[in-house]
Amino acid sequence: MAAGSTYTPIATTTLGSAAASITLSSIPSTYTYLVLVLNGSLTTSGSSVWVRFNGDTATNYSSTILYGTGTAAGSTRETSVSNGCVFAGYQQGMSTSQSTAIMHIQNYANTTTYKTTLARYSDASQEAETAVGLWRKTPEAINSLTAVVVFGSRVFSIGTTLTLYGIAAA
Amino acid sequence: MLNLISAIHGTGVAASTNSYESIATVTVGAGGSSSISFSSIPSTYKHLQIRAIGRQSGANTGYAAQLRVNGNSGSNYTQHRLRGNGTTATAAAYTAQTSISIGGWPAANSSASIFGTIIIDILDYTDTNKYKTIRYLQGTDQNSATDSNIFFDSGFMFANTNAITQIDIIPDGTSFVQYSQFALYGIKG
Repeated sequence: MAAGSTYTPIATTTLGSAAASITLSSIPSTYTYLVLVLNGSLTTSGSSVWVRFNGDTATNYSSTILYGTGTAAGSTRETSVSNGCVFAGYQQGMSTSQSTAIMHIQNYANTTTYKTTLARYSDASQEAETAVGLWRKTPEAINSLTAVVVFGSRVFSIGTTLTLYGIAAA
Repeated sequence: MLNLISAIHGTGVAASTNSYESIATVTVGAGGSSSISFSSIPSTYKHLQIRAIGRQSGANTGYAAQLRVNGNSGSNYTQHRLRGNGTTATAAAYTAQTSISIGGWPAANSSASIFGTIIIDILDYTDTNKYKTIRYLQGTDQNSATDSNIFFDSGFMFANTNAITQIDIIPDGTSFVQYSQFALYGIKG
């Protein structure tokens, strides 16, 4: 019944210098799901992190966010934005403390559905949050993605890692 | 094992690549499907995970779906919910339900090509000494306030502590439509 082991590392980037974005390209289409893991910090606190697909910077992205800041829980949304799908630090901003985010990119290789993401983020000094994202470009397979710091002149710190895994279905 | 547990709880550590196995996948064809069933689930894993995208038929912009284990449809399920609808966060609890409600899914009156998604974790599914915690993260974003939600829920079936060998997912709309896909994975302990 089982089809064998999966959850396979595809690519990892570790920043050797501060950068405002990290791109992983040439993503193979041989899996069903992608799991993107961010582990790191910003050099200056205060920006959220988003994920764009296939270099698309049009207003094709939206997200619904649920968060807790330590003093309150809330929910908000972004519609028709170009930043990407929400990945990390939406409400309080990613900080200079080490934090982690994981995004599940579901059925990324099909050409029949818009792509939906599920993200979870936690920063012990700031917040915990989760978000569902939608990429509404005419359905196409995802072959590259970019995690981008969008506000101000904030950048990822040296040593920040972005890792991509692939999961196959039976 | 630490990596494994960390991975299923989404803390950002990778699963060991030889511990996560595809068990079965259901892909809905052109005729739609009124239920998704995984039966004869092998007992050789420690945890189960279901990954899916889905969209339903029925004249609405969103429907829930229901999850049952081992074919049990009695009032034997309990559930806690944390939900965000893009405006407010709400919490709720449900007892003596006939299923676990699993989120909100787009339907026939939603914009074309929008699918909802879910990741369900079923922990210690063969342990006959305890109820089986079923946790999920589910979301649908429709680029509007209409039926765009994210759910972070957990629940269990309390009729017995039998090992889980069957999981059924039933749409509240008429059916899951073409291109919906549900994949079951086993995670070794």
